[in-house]
Amino acid sequence: MIRYDSVTKIFGAGKDAVTALDNISFTIEKGEIVVLLGPSGCGKTTLLRLSNRLESITQGNIYINGQDIMDSDGVKLRQKIGYVIQEIGLFPNKSIAENIAVVPRLLGWNKNNIKQRVDQLLSMTNLDPELYRNRYPAELSGGQQQRIGVARGVAADPEILLMDEPFGAIDPINREQLQDEFLKLQAKIKKTIAFVSHDIHEAIKMADKIALFSKGKLVQYDTPELILTRPKNKFVADFVGADRALKVLGLMRVKDVINASPKNIVRSTDLAQDVLKFMDEKKMGFAIVLKGNRPIGYVTQKILKYEEGKAEDVAEEYPIVVGEQDSLRDVLSNMLMHDLIILCAINRDGDFVGTVSYKNIQDSIRDIYSQYED
Amino acid sequence: MNGTLDFIVGNYQKVIHLTCEHILVVGLALAIAILIGVPLGILIAKRENLSKQVLVMANVLMTIPSIALFGLMLPILAIWNLGLGKVPAIIALILYSQLPIIRNTYTAIKNVPPEIVDAGKGMGMNRWKLVVEVEVPISIPLILAGLRTAAVMNIGIAAIASYIGAGGLGVLIQQGINRVYPEMILSGAILVSFLAIFVDGGMAMLERILTPRGIKIQRRLVG
Repeated sequence: MIRYDSVTKIFGAGKDAVTALDNISFTIEKGEIVVLLGPSGCGKTTLLRLSNRLESITQGNIYINGQDIMDSDGVKLRQKIGYVIQEIGLFPNKSIAENIAVVPRLLGWNKNNIKQRVDQLLSMTNLDPELYRNRYPAELSGGQQQRIGVARGVAADPEILLMDEPFGAIDPINREQLQDEFLKLQAKIKKTIAFVSHDIHEAIKMADKIALFSKGKLVQYDTPELILTRPKNKFVADFVGADRALKVLGLMRVKDVINASPKNIVRSTDLAQDVLKFMDEKKMGFAIVLKGNRPIGYVTQKILKYEEGKAEDVAEEYPIVVGEQDSLRDVLSNMLMHDLIILCAINRDGDFVGTVSYKNIQDSIRDIYSQYED
Repeated sequence: MNGTLDFIVGNYQKVIHLTCEHILVVGLALAIAILIGVPLGILIAKRENLSKQVLVMANVLMTIPSIALFGLMLPILAIWNLGLGKVPAIIALILYSQLPIIRNTYTAIKNVPPEIVDAGKGMGMNRWKLVVEVEVPISIPLILAGLRTAAVMNIGIAAIASYIGAGGLGVLIQQGINRVYPEMILSGAILVSFLAIFVDGGMAMLERILTPRGIKIQRRLVG
């Protein structure tokens, strides 16, 4: 847990004094990722650097697990806090294993433990220890280097991790991948993380809570949903963008809005004419054809009209099915691309779990906004 | 030319003795110069406010002609009866070495990418660890280039130091001039040159050996 209590930072003195942070108070709970977000020069990086005493606080206090950081020695404090930066900063003279081992070695771990930990971290970051342990940073790509940067940050298993735009210098495709990998890792290691970013998309994706800064002030501290659905003022609304309803969709999953028991389900072995009758009775425009537990396509009355065989023979295949973990943003995009208003959702094993319709999505958005209206 | 070779062969014992003396004076001076210059270079890289004065001082020392420097030191060292001989020669060589050593060390440490220093600090390395484990290893090629310059330069200056009785290969040149003995002058001059070339090569090799492997790979890949 990190608690910021009326933290103020002023650079310089007298006429040249610049207030970088003005009376900042908030708490990062244990196991949460809090993204410190804002345009450049808003003080987010400064706040991060105050947290491990790379910069000194002008006024106020920072408590880590209830203890004032000024009570402990700066060097000792930093050894207990993971630190990952955009420029990565691997030591070019040290091998990958030595780079990862820096903090464990500072803490005096024994050699065997260090070696085990290095291999474990390399495996966790999808780099084969045999292949990478003895290489040097210059031999790695930017994405691989930052994986090592993150591994180095968590090497001594610190409870708290400070990350300064860790994926900012990575190309977009690799960045997405690193973010996903990191979220998976975080689900396992549950660190308390202060994560600086200027990218609202990254913030929404990574954050349990977002602390939005502007000109040294904390403007809003809320969950991504609340930042998007109830921006506190014009600055926040502008910062999250006019497409914030779409961004909310990025936060919601298919399983949140799924229709788990649709009525218009037929079996692949049903006869076409039986299906037609059934649909006619229930006034259905189309029906989903399931084979076992898998959706194989859909049929309409028009398709069935002159058919004699089984439903599976004539079913129109779905161009796309969605996973229950997919974001509604992707689902909506698929609907627009494939000109469909209802899609089938499957679980990880490929089994049919329900449908998601354009109307489901619309309703959920309306619900969220009305729920947060006063 | 044959006469020169004959002289060297004919006086090989003296030549070997003088060569060893030359190496001793230069080697000792360089060793002490490293002990002073490298830490000083690191210090002024960390304390920027000192850097200007120190570098200006080293620069000024460099501009004093060697003969003049021997002359200036003579009355001072004469107080301890050390005005002539190897001591003033070694002191002069130490002083001359300071500029290349300090300047290269200073530049090398300054050129360590700031994000590497920041990462080191941020992970809880203290100043000492940061210098020993990161900044100096990364700086080794440039520091050694400074030592190489200093060593080669000192071999030349040490030849002049024979005038204040420091011995070394300069003795051959000096005595050769006095005796109007061209073969002797030439053997001194040639041996000094050979020694300089040899040491230059040796320092280059040392640079290759001492540069950390990761840095070599980085230089090869990144250019």
